[in-house]
Amino acid sequence: MMATMTANAEAAVTSPPKMTARDVKVFYGDKQALNGVSIDVHTDLVTAFIGPSGCGKSTFLRCLNRMNDTIDAARIEGRIELEGHDIYAPDMDVVQLRARVGMVFQKPNPFPKSIYENVAYGPRIHGLASTKAELDTIVEQSLVRASLWSEVKDRLQDSGTALSGGQQQRLCIARAIAVDPEVILMDEPCSALDPIATAKIEELIDDLRGRYAIVIVTHNMQQAARVSQRTAFFHLGTLVEYGDTAEIFTNPREQRTKDYITGRFG
Amino acid sequence: MNTTPTAHTVKSFDEDLRQLRLLIGEMGGLAKDQVDRSVAAIVARDAEAAQAVVQSDPRIDKLEAEVEQLAIATIARRAPLADDLREVIAALKISAVIERIGDYAKNNAKRVNSIAQDSPIRPMVIVPEMARIVSQMVDDALDSYARRDPELARDVWKRDNSVDEYYNSLFRALLTFMMENPHHITPSTHMLFIAKNLERIGDHATNIAEVVYYTATGEHLTDRQKADETVYTVSEDVEGEQER
Repeated sequence: MMATMTANAEAAVTSPPKMTARDVKVFYGDKQALNGVSIDVHTDLVTAFIGPSGCGKSTFLRCLNRMNDTIDAARIEGRIELEGHDIYAPDMDVVQLRARVGMVFQKPNPFPKSIYENVAYGPRIHGLASTKAELDTIVEQSLVRASLWSEVKDRLQDSGTALSGGQQQRLCIARAIAVDPEVILMDEPCSALDPIATAKIEELIDDLRGRYAIVIVTHNMQQAARVSQRTAFFHLGTLVEYGDTAEIFTNPREQRTKDYITGRFG
Repeated sequence: MNTTPTAHTVKSFDEDLRQLRLLIGEMGGLAKDQVDRSVAAIVARDAEAAQAVVQSDPRIDKLEAEVEQLAIATIARRAPLADDLREVIAALKISAVIERIGDYAKNNAKRVNSIAQDSPIRPMVIVPEMARIVSQMVDDALDSYARRDPELARDVWKRDNSVDEYYNSLFRALLTFMMENPHHITPSTHMLFIAKNLERIGDHATNIAEVVYYTATGEHLTDRQKADETVYTVSEDVEGEQER
């Protein structure tokens, strides 16, 4: 089934899509969780996935960097490309893929190591720095981009888990940025944070837009309306509507979208 | 399209929206009544009835303040989206428009005292007919709001041209009338203001219709034609001088 697209959804995009998904279906055993999703992700746009719990938005997000590979019963059909290359092709290096398509999770999950090590870990295993000085630069740059540097620069050797929730989440974003990804997937990155920490993450998302393609799953309608330029509404494993965020939140085309975002579901 | 939406999961949200609609309904009823009573007072040259219209106006202002408070509280509490957002914004806009309609009715009523002192003038016969159309537009615009009926809204919107035509023909009639005899200038000027106020009330009914249409459909009514730009432009200067 084709999702409804608002008229200007594709028109305003200037760059070619960073990632394209075509007719993506996911099965967990016999149960089909995703019914053929087709969508493009662009670098200069933040894309928000919204929908009730169990609608398939997280399942789909996890397809984009093959996180579903870790679930034995999961089977994926369709085609997902990163810069024109099939990410499910046999020659695709999954570790490399996950560096290019980074992920930030709902609950901040820093390694139980120092702040410095949290950020340095990725670049080190991917061999992005050959000297300590280079690694220092990457760590600093990543923390600056994640808007955390000024708060932690004097205590880089403290444990990452000692930071506040909001700081931990920005640390996780710094960690994702450190390996110089092209796409950042965020699965409800603010749901465990207070409003101020949430505002900082949203500000950060604004800053990062254009440098990385960002996809964010959120249950907070206002957040989707604030941070994204494109919104995709999922329901029962189907992409119901995809389009310009302003349009989706003021004048959605589909009754199901309307009912969901205005709080009339179920 | 013109159906009542299904209930929200949070019931008190529906109650807020219902309350907004009730307030607008009450305001609209009052304003329409003010328009009718002011015209009746003009026709009957009844200064007492006109005074009653002037004294009723604060009730509309008070209701407008209530709508504003409730709309702001609803936005703050519920962060409405899509239809709900359009609904709340529509209530805000329509209440402001209704308040203006009330002001024009009041302004017309205020002129009765002065009119009653001069002898009746001939072009006056156009006013009740023009007022009837305008009053019906206000009524239907409010009806289209109450019924969420975009088609009735479009119909009101189309009717605005005929009001403009009435105004333009009255404008010409009064000009000739004033040229005939300078003694006609004072009553004719009052008549011109009254007609202009009615024409503005028609415009405001049209504004309500536009908001209703947008709220119901998410689309804007467009391509509105004005009947006679020249006369409209001449009289445009008057508009800013109107007291509230």
